Amino acid sequence: MPENAKHAPSDMDTFLRGLWEENPVFVMVLGTCPTMAVSNTVMNCFAMGLAATFVLVMSSALVAMFRNVIPNQVRIATFIVIIATFVTIVDYAIQAISLELYASLGAFIQLIVVNCIILGRAEAYASKNTVWKSTLDALGMGLGFTIALLSLGTIREVLGSGTFLGFPLFGPHFEPWALMILPPGGFFVLGGWLLIFSWWRARAARKTARRAQQEQGVVAG
Amino acid sequence: MKPDSLPFIFISACLINNFVLIMFLGICPFLGVSGRRDTALRMGVAVIFVMVICSMCTCGINYVLDHPKINAPYLKLMCYIVVIASAVQLVEMFIKKTSPALFKALGIYLPLITTNCAILALALFQTSKGYNLVQSLVYAVAAGLGFTLALVIMSGIREELDLADVPDVIRGTGLALMLAGILSLAFMGFAGLGG
Repeated sequence: MPENAKHAPSDMDTFLRGLWEENPVFVMVLGTCPTMAVSNTVMNCFAMGLAATFVLVMSSALVAMFRNVIPNQVRIATFIVIIATFVTIVDYAIQAISLELYASLGAFIQLIVVNCIILGRAEAYASKNTVWKSTLDALGMGLGFTIALLSLGTIREVLGSGTFLGFPLFGPHFEPWALMILPPGGFFVLGGWLLIFSWWRARAARKTARRAQQEQGVVAG
Repeated sequence: MKPDSLPFIFISACLINNFVLIMFLGICPFLGVSGRRDTALRMGVAVIFVMVICSMCTCGINYVLDHPKINAPYLKLMCYIVVIASAVQLVEMFIKKTSPALFKALGIYLPLITTNCAILALALFQTSKGYNLVQSLVYAVAAGLGFTLALVIMSGIREELDLADVPDVIRGTGLALMLAGILSLAFMGFAGLGG
């Protein structure tokens, strides 16, 4: 990474931050409700991720566009009305495209309105930055959310029903681990991912601490 | 029992389809405020209160927007969310006036009741199930009680957990989610209740 990147993040950094460094689900633990509720099949994850990304990008762009017009006292209410408008659009669009998908996602399409990630980005980023930056940031966060959903959904569908996107993987003698597609599976898989990440972060911190100690030893020696 | 009889609605919303542990609604406050038992209980009461107000308002909104002269179902979502935001504001002012200590303990989670999916979901579910005023009232109280129950059980476990010797790496949200998974497993045992 170039040295000046720390002072003024480039467009690429703004975009990539949501994917990994500040991943909304795994690092900031936001938007956990839809993550666990719809991740029982991979198809649901795709649809939910796309829908949330669309709402996130559109509402971030609109909030950034009007950031100097919206009075400070009513900003949250304004953001929520903007978000609700786009969610209504998505809701009707999915209903028109596939009734089957609409039924399996249930109320969680409309519940995108109260997804903390979207309101969080509007409040923390879009209300202070330009339209272009906010769009990039929203796109990164949306993709980060989609990736998190898929990493949960893949595990749950493969273990819970032995299929991927509906195609059987293991042949007729596979006994599906039904718990994984039931509600407790959602808690266990997300909990497992968070534990893996915190273990990994603790290991990295230990390594840097050891390296710093060694360097100090060299200097002192 | 008939699926739209009042006792069935109550048991279903409170235990069988517990909002937190089975339907994954309101996970954020569930993980955030479940550190101490008394805070959890008060948060639960605040949520029940907001739920009842919102459920009543939802009935009114549905009546107006489904009226043949207006007929604007696409406005429902926006109306619900505005009503919820105002109700939360009301509760916030009330708590701030009557109990500043509680106001401090709930912190950011009080205004965040607005973005608590459990509240909006209550409005959406009661609309899609076509409940009337009395049924909606029972549904709201039961859902709120179920939320409180899950919150209080979780806070009890976490208070005990503070005394346990847990490796540092595991401490935090990951462990809380694992515990919630086990609780959810227990609540699935209610599935046969009510026939």
